[in-house]
Amino acid sequence: MVPLTHYLVLSGILFAIGTAGVFLRRNLITVLLSIEIMLNAVNLTFVAVGRQIGTVDGQIITFFVMTVAAAEAAVGLALVIALFRHRETLSPDAFTSLKW
Amino acid sequence: METAAFYIFATIAVLASLFVVGQRNPMYSVMLLITSFGALAGLYVLLDAPFTAVTQIIIYAGAIMVLFLFVVMLLNVPREEPAPSAAASLLGPTGLKIGAVLSALLAIEMVWALSRLPARSFNPGQADQVSDVGNIGRMLFTQHAFAFEATSVLILVAMVGAVVIARREH
Repeated sequence: MVPLTHYLVLSGILFAIGTAGVFLRRNLITVLLSIEIMLNAVNLTFVAVGRQIGTVDGQIITFFVMTVAAAEAAVGLALVIALFRHRETLSPDAFTSLKW
Repeated sequence: METAAFYIFATIAVLASLFVVGQRNPMYSVMLLITSFGALAGLYVLLDAPFTAVTQIIIYAGAIMVLFLFVVMLLNVPREEPAPSAAASLLGPTGLKIGAVLSALLAIEMVWALSRLPARSFNPGQADQVSDVGNIGRMLFTQHAFAFEATSVLILVAMVGAVVIARREH
């Protein structure tokens, strides 16, 4: 019987890895992949806590998070394609026109 | 047995995620992320959530990651260019200090939150109720029906938006 704490700590580790990826990578596709890691870490928390309190609500929220992740990936990748067509690079440092 | 499976899946998930972030080739990153999602699906099975495990494989590994693969292959930029200079990047001294403070804050928060967790243990009698797909469907289409319909509109909007954004201008 694995206690809830283990799942929450694992989720925290995965979320930290995803955050580090968003800040450290210089490739827009890898940044989007890191966001997916973070979303999955949160999903794991929802499922683990939902089981602990004995309801299916955690799994239902996970279902919605997956839907939103699919929408986010579609729009994000469309933006990546449009940006690449514009500048021929995927480095986030190349797109600073809106930087104040 | 269950504990061993948990540690195996957790190790695979953490290592694969680390390599996703450490990898310079986005192609390998996508493949490793699929591995990580597979391990997470195994963890969902351990958590009495077989339906979520199957959706994880079908939607994440099957649909979203294929979308990423298509874009990686379409753009054909296998390698990421090296950082301009160490001082300008987030690995410079200032960035490292901010990162250290943020990690310490996260660690303190987690220890604080986990130490306050009620010691209520999982009641094995609830496992059937939690893993029942019929139960999930009933809740989804009654209590959460509005959110369900809202996500369907969201998907439609995202689809139209993606087509408009990625379209070639004339």
